[in-house]
Amino acid sequence: MERSLSHIALFAALIAVLGLVPKIDLLAGVPITAQSLGIMLCGTVLGARRGALAVLLFLLLVAIGLPLLAGGRGGLGVFAGPSVGFLLGFPVAAFVAGWVVERWRADVGLAALAGSVLGGIVVLYAFGIPGMALMLDKSMSEATLLMAPFLPGDAIKAVMAALVTRGLARMRPGALLSRG
Amino acid sequence: MLTLTSPVETPMHRLPAGVKLAALCLFTVLLFALSTPAALAVAGLVVAGLHLPGGWPFARAGLRLLRPLWPFVVIVAVWHGITGDPRGGAVVILRLAAAVAAANLVTMTTRLSDMIAVIERLAAPLTPVLPPRVLALAIALVIRFVPVLAQRASQITEAWRARSPRRPGRHLLVPVTLAALDDAEHVAEALRARGGAG
Repeated sequence: MERSLSHIALFAALIAVLGLVPKIDLLAGVPITAQSLGIMLCGTVLGARRGALAVLLFLLLVAIGLPLLAGGRGGLGVFAGPSVGFLLGFPVAAFVAGWVVERWRADVGLAALAGSVLGGIVVLYAFGIPGMALMLDKSMSEATLLMAPFLPGDAIKAVMAALVTRGLARMRPGALLSRG
Repeated sequence: MLTLTSPVETPMHRLPAGVKLAALCLFTVLLFALSTPAALAVAGLVVAGLHLPGGWPFARAGLRLLRPLWPFVVIVAVWHGITGDPRGGAVVILRLAAAVAAANLVTMTTRLSDMIAVIERLAAPLTPVLPPRVLALAIALVIRFVPVLAQRASQITEAWRARSPRRPGRHLLVPVTLAALDDAEHVAEALRARGGAG
């Protein structure tokens, strides 16, 4: 109980800290940060249930007014903006990433890569694109076009999430709750 | 840690948080029901007018919170300019700006403690699976550990810079994640030593 609670809280804090890492602004001005890498790591390191809860806790703190999203954004306004679909997809993305690592007993790096791609890209975009289409009154294909520039960055982040997860598994095998 | 609540006192600060949140829900639903630029502009003016009692510093803080929207405004404006539908573009932009500004206004005029009280009330039915005490402890732990982890990350960055001319970049990720895992184990032990979280 205590162990679950402290891991969930510390990984919620980790998502926020990864959002502070210096960013590069890409085409649409939405910053590319390590924040979505944090979402993937919550799943691959903590597992499906705890990972999703850590992300939910992070979103709760953003909603009540803490500026924890990349670029110091936060408050209720971000849930009324065009990226709301991605925010709602975050916990599901972490859950799917964790689920894959828990269920697929392959090499941990490979499983983490598959989980990060499936959760952090496929599932996340499946939430984010309809959200953007709705908020900006665009068709699904038009919204997909707007998101295409972000795909390479997210692919790199999925690879990094897999490398970090494998690194942790080697250094501290017991710490990987998703394989616990 | 700083919150987004405005230090400028406005009459809205004194309204109960639950009332403001309910009003925000109704207003947002209304915005999506409106479909003419004129009606949405009126709604936008109402939101802008609600910033006035706070004076210029308050209004400027509100405008700063809207800044992340500008790339979307540019995209929508260019898009609708090309497709020859400026009216549709105006509807999307006005609705987006009004919805986000209204939500930010609630955030700016509601203290963190009041928000947490609302969350605790909303979470009351979940008590069998999620006792309010545990939720409050989780929130407090995150607020405490964001600056701790951020400081740890900057120490690791400095240690890297002392050893290498290259930028640390991705090499930070494993040690920072490990720091989070270690802190989590220590916190769990400390909680157990003090009688547990339940």
